Amino acid sequence: MAKDTQLDLWEVFIQSKSGLPYVHAGSVHASDAKMAMQNARDTYTRRGEGTSIWLLPSKNIVASNPDDNEMLFDPSNDKVYRHPTFYVMPEGAKNI
Amino acid sequence: MHNEHTNQHFQLRIDNGEYIEAKDYMPDGYRKHLIRQISQHAHSEVIGMQPEGNWITRAPSLRSKQILLAKIQDEGGHGLYLYSAAETLGISRVELIDQLHSGKAKYSNIFNYPALNWADIGAIGWLVDGAAIVNQVSLQRTSYGPYSRAMVRICKEESFHQRQGYEIMANMMKGTKEQREMAQDAMNRWWWPALMMFGPHDTDSPHSSDAVKWKIKRETNDELRQKFIDKTVQQAEIIGLTIPDKDLKFNEKTGHYDIGKINWDEFHRVINGNGPCNKQRMEHHIKYHNEGAWVREAAEAYKKKRLAKQLEIA
Repeated sequence: MAKDTQLDLWEVFIQSKSGLPYVHAGSVHASDAKMAMQNARDTYTRRGEGTSIWLLPSKNIVASNPDDNEMLFDPSNDKVYRHPTFYVMPEGAKNI
Repeated sequence: MHNEHTNQHFQLRIDNGEYIEAKDYMPDGYRKHLIRQISQHAHSEVIGMQPEGNWITRAPSLRSKQILLAKIQDEGGHGLYLYSAAETLGISRVELIDQLHSGKAKYSNIFNYPALNWADIGAIGWLVDGAAIVNQVSLQRTSYGPYSRAMVRICKEESFHQRQGYEIMANMMKGTKEQREMAQDAMNRWWWPALMMFGPHDTDSPHSSDAVKWKIKRETNDELRQKFIDKTVQQAEIIGLTIPDKDLKFNEKTGHYDIGKINWDEFHRVINGNGPCNKQRMEHHIKYHNEGAWVREAAEAYKKKRLAKQLEIA
């Protein structure tokens, strides 16, 4: 008998209401996209939690490495001109 | 040297109230503790489907049958959320199931007790799920991100479970003398095992101190048990059930209920495999897991065939 693989791992993203972003809900095991969709529906949307589901094989996810956090997510406090409050507006100007 | 430094850094992150994610550095002990705790939790959800499944065909009405089916489906779902969370720590589903079958991994002791009659379904929902909720609400703030997120999802669903159980008990207490006796009998049998679900007293708990230091556990066994007792006593009283503890007394000084002595000999007897249903629960799981193997194999074979066809076309 072949080794019991428990099938492939998929990541599930759910949009809770039209217009909102897709949010990671969790994972499911499935051998193909059709089964993954069925399992994701049954596992994560039993109470109207979603209006739409995105799925992708977990092995295709590219994630940042926590060791690079400093380099990637430096707050760039030296680049204050990226924030609107950096700019001086003329006295009396409205709606800007 | 480097390792010690990162363990320090890890503890600093924990102390700052940060959540730990799957790829973050974590001490081996933290990872091991989480795998043990999350897998035990997942196995409990799945094994917990058995005593309730026993009553699907005998539920007293269509309404109660539908509710029970939905509840058991939830429990299966909760098991899946938790297995996924455990898998982020680098253990596979196959290993998790193997550990359950070999006895290396445990599940909650409470599911080694039988559901003898319909009142037991009420008592399980009200007391067993009620105790589980107290623990799970606290675990929503556990330091491991994937575990915490699974808990938030589970807590949203669990309160229906407790309320359906309490409704069964309340209805039986409004029924005939026999029904009231059945409800009280179920209360008598489930009360103490429900209190044991929180684990040994803090002074005797082997895993507690690391778990609290790492904020895996946010409250201790005894603190959680006390919360459950304090809110359950009143719920029992208003439907006319008696808590089977002659030493139960409200303590004016502490503002909490004091209880009698928990029979830990029974707890250890059951957890070491000598409870009423240990053997049956495990045999059932192994049997159906193995009988389902052909489905997984067929799904894999179908996937391979489709892939081969796609390659041919390309």
